[in-house]
Amino acid sequence: MAKLKSFINVFKQESIWISIISIFLGLLIGAIVMLVGGYEPILAYQSMIEKIVGNPYDIGETIRSIMPLILTGLAVAIAFRGGMFNIGVEGQIVMGSIGALLVGHFLELPPILHTLFAIVVGAIFGGLWGMLVAWLKTSRGINEVVTCIMLNWSALYISHIVVRMFMMEEGTARSKLIQDSASIEMPFLIQWFDGARIHWGFIITMLLLVGYSFYMNKTKWGYELRAVGSSKHAAHYAGISVNKTIHRTFFISGMMGGLVGTFEILGVFKYLAIAPTTSGLGFDGIAVALLGMNTAIGILLAAALFGALMYGSQGMSFGADVPGEVIRMVVSIIIFFAAAPGMLRVLFQLRRSTRRKEVSARGNDSVSH
Amino acid sequence: MTAQHDIVLELKGLTKRFPGIVANDSIDLQLRKGEILALLGENGAGKSTLMNMVFGLYQPDEGEIWINGQPVSMDTPSKAIELGIGMVHQHFKLVPPFTVTENIVLGMETKKGLALDLKSSVQRIQELSDRYNLNIKPHAVVDTISVGMQQRVEIMKILYRGADILIFDEPTAVLTPQEITELLAILKGLAAEGKSIIIITHKLKEIMEIADRCTVIRRGKVIDTLQVATASPEALAERMVGRNVSLHVDKEPATPGERLVEVKDLHVKDASGQDMLRGVSFDIRAGEIVGIAGVDGNGQSELIEALTGMMKVDSGSIRMNGAEMANLSPRVVSESGVGHIPQDRHKHGLVLDFTVSENSVLKSYYNSPMSKLGILQENNIRKEAERFIESYDIRTPGTEVLARSLSGGNQQKIIIAREIEANPKFLIAAQPTRGLDVGAISFVHKQLIAERDAGKAVLLVSFELDEILDVADRILVIFNGQIVGETTPSATNEQKLGLMMAGKLGGESSNG
Repeated sequence: MAKLKSFINVFKQESIWISIISIFLGLLIGAIVMLVGGYEPILAYQSMIEKIVGNPYDIGETIRSIMPLILTGLAVAIAFRGGMFNIGVEGQIVMGSIGALLVGHFLELPPILHTLFAIVVGAIFGGLWGMLVAWLKTSRGINEVVTCIMLNWSALYISHIVVRMFMMEEGTARSKLIQDSASIEMPFLIQWFDGARIHWGFIITMLLLVGYSFYMNKTKWGYELRAVGSSKHAAHYAGISVNKTIHRTFFISGMMGGLVGTFEILGVFKYLAIAPTTSGLGFDGIAVALLGMNTAIGILLAAALFGALMYGSQGMSFGADVPGEVIRMVVSIIIFFAAAPGMLRVLFQLRRSTRRKEVSARGNDSVSH
Repeated sequence: MTAQHDIVLELKGLTKRFPGIVANDSIDLQLRKGEILALLGENGAGKSTLMNMVFGLYQPDEGEIWINGQPVSMDTPSKAIELGIGMVHQHFKLVPPFTVTENIVLGMETKKGLALDLKSSVQRIQELSDRYNLNIKPHAVVDTISVGMQQRVEIMKILYRGADILIFDEPTAVLTPQEITELLAILKGLAAEGKSIIIITHKLKEIMEIADRCTVIRRGKVIDTLQVATASPEALAERMVGRNVSLHVDKEPATPGERLVEVKDLHVKDASGQDMLRGVSFDIRAGEIVGIAGVDGNGQSELIEALTGMMKVDSGSIRMNGAEMANLSPRVVSESGVGHIPQDRHKHGLVLDFTVSENSVLKSYYNSPMSKLGILQENNIRKEAERFIESYDIRTPGTEVLARSLSGGNQQKIIIAREIEANPKFLIAAQPTRGLDVGAISFVHKQLIAERDAGKAVLLVSFELDEILDVADRILVIFNGQIVGETTPSATNEQKLGLMMAGKLGGESSNG
């Protein structure tokens, strides 16, 4: 009951309306741009929706594209709540896939054990890569944004080296496959969704989403994380070890990134490709966390929206010949409005009527209670 | 006697409600031309809300604002400025790297073609400055001028915009004693030149000195308006708080016990390597309050942070009950029985974006009964907050509102409740009454004395000499990182202490 009530409360806040209006405006402006460019927006959106929910396979693939966004959204949100900006999720994803690939390819273990071990190692790889950022911040005073961006590229090139040196598949630009015992595919669901690549990562992701809310709001470690995020000075005064908390925050944040890479290896591709750039999922996570206001429910909804839009954009280019970039643009307009709510307030004169609501909304600011 | 046209500002039945609170309840108020009207009330009484309505920052739910005999709708601050109302806020709104002139003209620059015409502005500022004795240097960079001077720039900003009604929100809270004297003279001069002034304050001394009339607000209602010339400070205080308050601290002589805290030859450097404490030694016995008097910036902050483990000690020792405490972590220090009411409640004392509940357990959240196996016990936490609210009369809409939304006095009460209820052996109180009103100040002082009487060692660091003289049993004077004198309240007075604080006079007895 309380859960339902807090869920409904979300919609009573000004910020949720900001988000909804932003989404609407994004789609609207996208339509206008399509019109100007000589495309048919209605047909385009129609084919997009068809692509998202048209048949079991597409539904399954839509879900598959939402999952990593939830995790990268969580990764960014965790760091945000701790007062930091993790723009290094990209690199943490790559490190996670390296970890999972090494265990998945080289080790010989019984099926379930093999999977679990690969997941744990992948998560830890991502976590340690994140903690490196935290350590550079606390011991050397380097801003995390700088190190994050540099470590993204470092991770990418490390992955090239590891694949080339130890497990290059001859004649291709990718690694050898992981063993079947490490796979996290869910055969019955794959069948159900007509071959869409659904895997156990889905269940783990949903559990992590609940776990995130619980950790942040109900545990003493979440309390410490939020205290450091709101005021380092007050946290220090309270006897909280600020450095230790920063390390812990970035480790957990990095683990979320690591799991994205892990699941892509163990559940979707089975190999790691020599890619010229990172996936971009980590950057999308920033948008998810922002639109989702760092709350569990918000991240779920935002990831669902962005995941569906991105996957659906393939249908748009197929059905209405609209380039996928239009959807990228729609997404950026949504983020633009969501990040600059002052502009929307002016546009819709939300200001006067909501000033009081802000006062009352302060009491239940953490939506995910 | 007062003619209709003499009233420049009149509020008729002004009412403002916030969820759960009536901040202003049908307030009537008149401001006459050329007078200084003091608006007196406790923290959270509704003074600031009222003035924010006059300045167009809030809209009244009911009632009218009349200016020069005309009803007006005050919907934005720019409308207020247009109507000749100016407000000097407690926290200044200046751009530090800009010059005084640039700050003053910001938003209404005169232009010559595309270029700024600062010359004519400088001239006008100079004229105004001379006329009202503000002594402003138009070309100085705001970053480099004193707080008192910054405040004058704020005053100049509103004079430059042609204000006739000047509102000051707690103008003396940030000033040194000398700056206060100067400001009060400026205010008198402005009133003599025909400006009408409202000053929001809870400092009775200042009201007695400059105000013509004083309107007292309590819990959102106007209680009384008095002619200051015929009123006594006690009468004002009583109306403000709603009961008799003694402006003097009643306490029994101290009965110090054994030596509880011993500080020996303490040296502390700040982050840039400068010596902030240079060989500080003193001790505090159980059951006594030792006051540290001194001008801000002479090592008080470093002393407190060293004692509480928040700052590294270079050399020297801090012993409590004989055990070495120097360079232990803040948590270990607090667990060994040191309570700390910090100097800056916003920076250190509270996490402003945490709820009242969460702030109540800032130092106990990690242990049973506040958390078990790492999981916060929300019921116990809420009960703790409720206990604090009950026994320390913290005025808050509930336990789950953000600390940020409470008034300064109530925020301070959360901290005091938390630190005292942890039952420390050694309580450090730094500027514990900064920004508080009379009622709250006397409450805090009583708490400190009660702690002393319960056999605790209390260290009181304050820049307010009255406070040190009233509350402390023994006074140490700190100057330039050293203790330069030791005395007792009965053996000294404000003048003597003032000289000692400036490093010009030794103590009655040497310390050691």
